[in-house]
Amino acid sequence: MSSPILPALIFFLGAVAVGMLRGRAQSAVALLIPLLGGANLLFNVDHGAYWQLGLFDYTLTLMRVDKLSLLFGYLFHLAAFIGVVYALHVRDTTQQVSALLYAGGALGAVFAGDLITLFVFWEILAVTSVFLIWARRTARAQAAGMRYLLVQIASGVILLAGALMYLHQTGSVAFEQMQLDGPGTWLIFLAFGIKCAFPLLHNWVTDAYPEATPTGAVFLSAFTTKVAVYAFARSFPGTEWLIYIGVAMAAFPIFYAVIENDLRRVLCYSMINQVGFMVVGIGLGTELALNGAVSHAFNDVIFKGLLFMSMGAVLHMTGKMNGSELGGLYKTMPITTVLCIVGAASISAFPLFSGFVSKAMVMAAALEEGYDWVWLVLLFASAGVFHHAGIKIPFFAFFAHDSGIRAKDPPLNMLIAMFIAAAICIFNGSYPWILYSLLPWPVDYAPYTWTHVITQTQLLFFSALAFIFLKLTHLYPPELPSTNIDAEWAYRRLLPRVVNGMVAMFAPLDRAMRGLTLARLERIVERLYRHHGPEGIMARTWPTGSTALWVAILLAVYLLLSYV
Amino acid sequence: MTEKLRWLDNFDNVKKIVKVFTVLCVALFAVDFFYHRHVERDWESWPGFYAIYGFIACVVLVLVAKEMRKIVMRKEDYYDE
Repeated sequence: MSSPILPALIFFLGAVAVGMLRGRAQSAVALLIPLLGGANLLFNVDHGAYWQLGLFDYTLTLMRVDKLSLLFGYLFHLAAFIGVVYALHVRDTTQQVSALLYAGGALGAVFAGDLITLFVFWEILAVTSVFLIWARRTARAQAAGMRYLLVQIASGVILLAGALMYLHQTGSVAFEQMQLDGPGTWLIFLAFGIKCAFPLLHNWVTDAYPEATPTGAVFLSAFTTKVAVYAFARSFPGTEWLIYIGVAMAAFPIFYAVIENDLRRVLCYSMINQVGFMVVGIGLGTELALNGAVSHAFNDVIFKGLLFMSMGAVLHMTGKMNGSELGGLYKTMPITTVLCIVGAASISAFPLFSGFVSKAMVMAAALEEGYDWVWLVLLFASAGVFHHAGIKIPFFAFFAHDSGIRAKDPPLNMLIAMFIAAAICIFNGSYPWILYSLLPWPVDYAPYTWTHVITQTQLLFFSALAFIFLKLTHLYPPELPSTNIDAEWAYRRLLPRVVNGMVAMFAPLDRAMRGLTLARLERIVERLYRHHGPEGIMARTWPTGSTALWVAILLAVYLLLSYV
Repeated sequence: MTEKLRWLDNFDNVKKIVKVFTVLCVALFAVDFFYHRHVERDWESWPGFYAIYGFIACVVLVLVAKEMRKIVMRKEDYYDE
């Protein structure tokens, strides 16, 4: 066995080649990169630390291989391959190159063995992915991309600051398990939290992803948040804070998802909801919970990717993405419809679909650890995710009222990519043992018990029944062209308003102060001029005689005083 | 050019689907009385727990979200101004 090639390097070099090639050769190389990388991981890599370099007194490890990093390594290769296939028809070298660099950045981050290497790839993720948003070439995408970039770069800067403080505190830059016991680790926690879309820090997802290109959003949905999940699983397993944060993430976005009109933004909210399950699992920190968290990350990348691909296909073929403008597409896009439903069934955790075998581990662990109320909220979120992602997405795009749009199924490469993802969803759901064998900790969990199958089916069927009931009684809120304000309002509206308000408020005061100061200065200058200017008293020439007189007067006064 | 009407375009057929689905739900509910559930907590073994929880959860979710609209909903181009 030769020494392994750095996974990120394959993608970076490949991206350079793709940038120089055009046409079929470009497509061929783009396809080859994840395949080569995958072969490297499968046949050429053992557990251990590779690519170590010395920097001052510290050792940087560019490639740390264990079961946890390998799982995400496989996953990101798979996601990159599916994404490349999906984007084969795109004739935009910027997008092809940045997608490959972005995937390489994600691989670099999950194989990083120290915080400095992690930081470098963390920032590469940010600056490469933003082009997938800007490539939409609209004013909104331009602005959203800039906001996205600011948030991502800020996360990186916070990570670096945290890493340096952590280094100062412990003398180590190792990317290992940490305790929240100092400002350094808290900053690292915050940096991970931003990329993980923690509540109140989550709007970069819902702001930027829906503005990305149809193919770009597929790549975006796969990498950034899952790198953050990996980082938490690596550094903060068993941190109780994560349980509460994860519960909030699982619960609040589903309300927004129900009333959101842009179907890709609905998927963004549902992504935060799914990442919430993972974050809870990491916070619980038992082997069962952590296995659940990372296996759910694996499944989520595939089924969320499938859902983003099906919506991307709709956007590509119709130019529309709002629930209020779509509907009835099943008539002319039957294959996309079926593939979308597979994704919807997977995210909803129907038996035989992938979500079923992974999400349940997190929930079982919550009960085992005595977090009953957490389990109840997660069960609520499970019903809710079926409602907004499982039903709403396919229903409003492909069924509902007929919009009159008669768009065809998308190009073959898009269908093939969706088909691969759908096949993995069903395979992992029906035969989870291969996925389970890849998990970092031994799996002692049986997903297919009668109890689990029946209870989950009941939960989902009655959720669907609720949807039908609300639809038939016209209680269900219609899809409306709208914007729903969220935490982002603070920096997109409040902050500009405050800044403008401050400017407006302080402008007269500022003007008055400046006027006053100027007038004062002018007076001083005038006085100086009067005394010291050419006509001034201090500038007069004095005859010698008068000086002698003054000296005489002075002496006389002195004499007088000496008598007194 | 007239398009041929699909099976789903006929609302009677949609009603049929709803009926079949409702029957399935009733059957699923009934299953609770006929098998022994392996549970961690008492409440899980209450007949219909998951069914009722799922139904109520979704109704609450949708109705709360609908009320939320009164507070959070703005025009589509709210941020573009």
